[in-house]
Amino acid sequence: MATEIARHWRLNSQRYRLVGEVCPKCGVKMFPPRDVCTDCLDDSRQPDFEFSGHGEVYSFTTVHNAPEGYQESAPYTVALIKLEEGPLLTAQLTDVENSEVEIGMPVEMVTRKLRTQGEEGVIIYGYKFRPRLPVAH
Amino acid sequence: MPLMKPKTEVGIVGYGSYIPRYRLPAREVARIWNDGEGSVPIKEKAVGGPDEDTMTIGLESARNALARAQINPQNIGAVWVGSESHPYAVKPTSTIIAEAIGATPSTQGADWQFACKAGTETIQAGIGFVAGGMAPYVLGIGADTAQGRPGDALEFTAASGGAAYIIGAAEESLAIFEASYSYVTDTPDFWRRPTTHYPSHGQRFTGEPAYFQHVMSASEIIMEELGYTAKDFAHVILHQPNRKFPERAGAALGFEKAQWVTGLLSPIIGNTYAGASILGLTAVLDIAKPGDKILCVSFGSGAGSDAFVLNATDKITEKQHLAPTTQDYINRRVEIDYATYVRYRNKLKMH
Repeated sequence: MATEIARHWRLNSQRYRLVGEVCPKCGVKMFPPRDVCTDCLDDSRQPDFEFSGHGEVYSFTTVHNAPEGYQESAPYTVALIKLEEGPLLTAQLTDVENSEVEIGMPVEMVTRKLRTQGEEGVIIYGYKFRPRLPVAH
Repeated sequence: MPLMKPKTEVGIVGYGSYIPRYRLPAREVARIWNDGEGSVPIKEKAVGGPDEDTMTIGLESARNALARAQINPQNIGAVWVGSESHPYAVKPTSTIIAEAIGATPSTQGADWQFACKAGTETIQAGIGFVAGGMAPYVLGIGADTAQGRPGDALEFTAASGGAAYIIGAAEESLAIFEASYSYVTDTPDFWRRPTTHYPSHGQRFTGEPAYFQHVMSASEIIMEELGYTAKDFAHVILHQPNRKFPERAGAALGFEKAQWVTGLLSPIIGNTYAGASILGLTAVLDIAKPGDKILCVSFGSGAGSDAFVLNATDKITEKQHLAPTTQDYINRRVEIDYATYVRYRNKLKMH
């Protein structure tokens, strides 16, 4: 249990705020953070970079047989999200019918419950993506 | 009667709301429990999805408040969350929200509880905190995923939603607090003991000695002390457990429908408890004009009311569309049936 808590706690800034890194040498933006630049292989200390949370669906699949801890959400759609700043990440979609998801759909990051560790355990929060909110101006 | 007027003027630097997209029509609740007969207190209520709770609702509200405030979250000296449905009995909601908006670690975090007025308490305390120079900004949130016992009268209205306010210096504010006032007594109209899931209430006792006594008294006293009558206000927002109570109280105070209609959201989203009056206030701020005078009065069972008089400033128009409006959230409506509601709100116990 304690190991599990620490494992999630270390990811708070990634999961809550999409904090990745930007390579000081070539400027490429990375998520999740890496020890070595994925583009130029520079291994110097990389400063944090907070992503906007805007992107689009690159690809997706709907999960019917969910792994342990996620059964209550099934069926749900998991997507590869192409962030505006470049990286691809994997995330669950929310606030959308599974049948409405399309490649290229504009999405935005929200923070939601990912799962709970039973009735007595901690609640794991993190990023999901939803169709970008239509805003009347 | 002593009003709360800080020596240094402070106001709202940013505000934000959040309402989940699911709606449960009151007629659907009546279909399950009353053979579809009898009158219903509202049209429908907002229901949080299975991955939503008071933290996620409060956080999206807070992000919208930050988008309007356009301040560095590291300058927020306190993050306070008022709710009766905190996700943990022990472990603060406020620290999760503070972490997620980037306000940690040099900030004060606390969770507040006073039934439906827990949200306005954070604002009232924030006024004092900022005016006293303790911090440049305070983030005050009221949010709930209110639970009504299946078949109980409250199930028609107990809803999900929330609002967040960043309190700061008057010169940065889109609305300035002229004064506030609190009126509390020991009136047990609604309660929940620590180990029970659903609240209990005193049925008709929740009306005259509770809601009306506190809302009317707080409203009358703050207006009288400031020398105002209902005609001086562009908008009024009263706590809204249903449609009938705030309309009756508003009319008795001398207000007309045009003054309360913008901030009366309960007929279409239900009673969002700690979010209710301050969500109504976000809908008003979304359309308010510079110079508008606004009266906002909460009510929390147990019982008490916090009343605020605010004056919108010239800054309000430039802030209104920096984040989704409350109407934007109301518009993304997805109707659900009772069975889906039971699943989403975890009302099935499988043991």
